[in-house]
Amino acid sequence: MLLTTDEWAIVALSLRVSLVAVGFMLPIAFALAWVLARTHFVGKVLLDALVHLPLVLPPVVTGWLLLILFGNTSPVGHALMAWFGFSFIFRWTGAALAAAIMALPLMVRAIRLSLEAVDPRLENAARTLGATPWDSFFSITLPLALPGVLAAIVLGFARSLGEFGATITFVSNIPGETQTLPLAIYSALQTPNGDAMAVQLSLISIGLSLGALIVSELLMRRASKAEQTRVV
Amino acid sequence: MSFDIDIQVQRGGRCIQTQFKTGPGITALFGPSGAGKTSILQAIAGLLTPTAGHIIVNDHCLYDATTNVSTHLRRCGFIFQDVRLFRHLNVAANLRYGLNRRGAAEPIINFDDAVAFLGIGGLLTRQPATLSGGEAQRVAIGRALLAAPRFLLMDEPLTSLDHARRDEIMELIERIRDQFTLPILYVSHDRAEVSRLADFVVDLS
Repeated sequence: MLLTTDEWAIVALSLRVSLVAVGFMLPIAFALAWVLARTHFVGKVLLDALVHLPLVLPPVVTGWLLLILFGNTSPVGHALMAWFGFSFIFRWTGAALAAAIMALPLMVRAIRLSLEAVDPRLENAARTLGATPWDSFFSITLPLALPGVLAAIVLGFARSLGEFGATITFVSNIPGETQTLPLAIYSALQTPNGDAMAVQLSLISIGLSLGALIVSELLMRRASKAEQTRVV
Repeated sequence: MSFDIDIQVQRGGRCIQTQFKTGPGITALFGPSGAGKTSILQAIAGLLTPTAGHIIVNDHCLYDATTNVSTHLRRCGFIFQDVRLFRHLNVAANLRYGLNRRGAAEPIINFDDAVAFLGIGGLLTRQPATLSGGEAQRVAIGRALLAAPRFLLMDEPLTSLDHARRDEIMELIERIRDQFTLPILYVSHDRAEVSRLADFVVDLS
């Protein structure tokens, strides 16, 4: 498929936004998944609900909440600007933040499921063999949960690529800065004679998302196969 | 004194209390299921913190009012009822897991000798999921021995095995007792096993 320079720029921006979103959110999603899978505390239901909120809220609301939280007139946005000279507003980093928030629930779910499938008794066995808690985490827990972590990366990436509502509300639709694939398709459809470009970009979207889903399906299948052949 | 144990353990709203002192060889903790045998072993391994008392093994204090040694520093070879091989590692990597983490501790047996001693030379590249119950328990025993343990804790290691395999593993445990001078605490609810293996019996019933 032949793409114009503009189209390549849109695809490259989308990939950059999605990769940064997933890379930024992965450690946070893992920590949240671990807390939800392994700990018990008062208010856990509330934390679980908060994590899932972006999944059920209209994305426009999520984008608007981000705008309230990080806008230049908000305390947080003001502090970021005053201390670091940094702002999310109208920047690709804001698009990445919106995508990361929208991807969070899917990532937490995938990692949490795989962490719950790891038998804590194996970690205890590792401890009796001389492993410190961190060592047992990295040598036992993490490798056993790896299929879920990989699935979370793929799902989060696909979700970020498709992010529209929160992004356009939070950081607007600025070509070359915040105009990712879905926003560019939307703009193309609003433009006279933009159909060809919309088709082209849609096909790219379909290809990327389909690829991500197939990879995630294969990972999940491998994980469940490992589960079936679980040790005595 | 091999085991000098006097502990209270809180488990599922119940308080388990036990006290015994034994000499070298195999000590059997004998009692019906639900008597708290496994909880006592977990407390000695440091996987469960007692509410009071002391745990002294081979004159090393592992737990008392002021001491609570972390599990990974207690160097107990724990043989589990449910085996617990690491399913993402092959047999050789399972065997080396504790060996690589023994720190400065002097090994009580080297890798090749352990493999020969347990008769598991043909299994090294296999995945745990493909092992029979007896094979898996041999690998688990090897994994514990290679971690340079100061003492062994065996939690009903014969439960998942058929009769012929039980005999084999019991023989193996007797050879371990004779070859290594490790104190062994052996949990069982089977009177025949206990009378065959035990030098001391702690009756929890």
